[in-house]
Amino acid sequence: MTFAYPIDSNKAHPARLSPDYKSTVKRSPSKPLIIMPHTLSELTGPVYGHETVRPGDADLTTQHKGEPIGERIIVHGHVLDEDGHGVPNTLVEIWQANACGRYIHVRDQHPAPLDPNFTGAGRAQTNSEGYYKFVTMKPGAYPWGNHHNAWRPAHIHFSVFGHSFVSRLVTQMYFPGDPLFPFDPIFNSVTDAKARARMISDFDLENTQPEWALCYRFNLVLRGRDATPMEAK
Amino acid sequence: MTERKPEGITPSQTVGPFFAYGLTPTGRYEWNDAFTNDLVTADASGERIRIEGQVFDGDGRPVPDCMLEIWQADAQGRFVDPKDKRALPNTKFRGFGRCGTGTNGEYAFDTIKPGAVPGPGGKPQAPHVLVAVFARGMLLHNYTRIYFDGEAANAADPVLALVPADRRLTLIAKKSGGSGYRFDIHLQGDNETVFFDV
Repeated sequence: MTFAYPIDSNKAHPARLSPDYKSTVKRSPSKPLIIMPHTLSELTGPVYGHETVRPGDADLTTQHKGEPIGERIIVHGHVLDEDGHGVPNTLVEIWQANACGRYIHVRDQHPAPLDPNFTGAGRAQTNSEGYYKFVTMKPGAYPWGNHHNAWRPAHIHFSVFGHSFVSRLVTQMYFPGDPLFPFDPIFNSVTDAKARARMISDFDLENTQPEWALCYRFNLVLRGRDATPMEAK
Repeated sequence: MTERKPEGITPSQTVGPFFAYGLTPTGRYEWNDAFTNDLVTADASGERIRIEGQVFDGDGRPVPDCMLEIWQADAQGRFVDPKDKRALPNTKFRGFGRCGTGTNGEYAFDTIKPGAVPGPGGKPQAPHVLVAVFARGMLLHNYTRIYFDGEAANAADPVLALVPADRRLTLIAKKSGGSGYRFDIHLQGDNETVFFDV
């Protein structure tokens, strides 16, 4: 069977059953996945107009009356395909905890304050070169119930689309040098060290704004390529 | 802008338990919705249908923190993507929807029944909807397909043919009266939904 996109690329992903992350035990398939060719259905994907992203959606710090608590940061980078070409006009969605490690969610019980001046989510569309940029606050680490004294490393959730439905990616962006990395089963569910490193943003001094905000660069690489033939023969 | 070929793709991580604010606020949270579970637009031709069901884990318990995304052709079997050269630009139908599950793992999509779509070797595929399943406890989303009960074309569908006969029924939405179809998703276990490696 041939594939329009190399299926080996998926080896970068975590195993669906990663028992150190306990919730995977009852939510991962127990039967083999069915291998199938990529058809027109898999190789197309949703296309967005500018109506999806409103002006200001990419700045999580200025949508309320006051300044959010914490450390303001710039997060920017490119969405790339497997050849390193920018993916233009694609949607990038983020959501995250605030600087205190608290999410806006009915089930987040972490005893840390919500921040009425912080918007917990953002949205951007890449430009013609695949570039995106957000202004946000550095999220805090937070505890969770997976094991004794479990803490998630600070992270920003990313949701991106790309060229097709099979290039869809939801991931988490981490910050360089986090001391919680060795203890986090979600981060370590990616077993290849080089692949894990691709989830860690780079500190970007060049684009850090003096007297205003540190900058981090985070490139996302999605499956697929622009010149993909429409169908595997 | 890098021109260097990347060493590999960015690995997937779980959507986690707290995605609703950002991805499926649907009025419960302050953030706005980029997508909803209603794909029907006034100008979309075709049969209006509702696909609904529940998502269950390996113990048969409902999964309340799951998100489903669907991608489908229009009633004429065309995708709203410039890569589908047959696409018509004169419809607002987008073919993409998103729905978070409720406390009982329930979800629903209002949409148009898709037409047959070209498949490998020029053979048609039976009408189907692609589904991506995301949840806390899922490090990588699962792909499945919804086919429709009573479609004669199912018998010749090249993708269904790859599925062992005793598991095919997990991919077929059952008629549930009126314009409704029922499609439950079992993440694991005896009735496990068929998931595809794509």
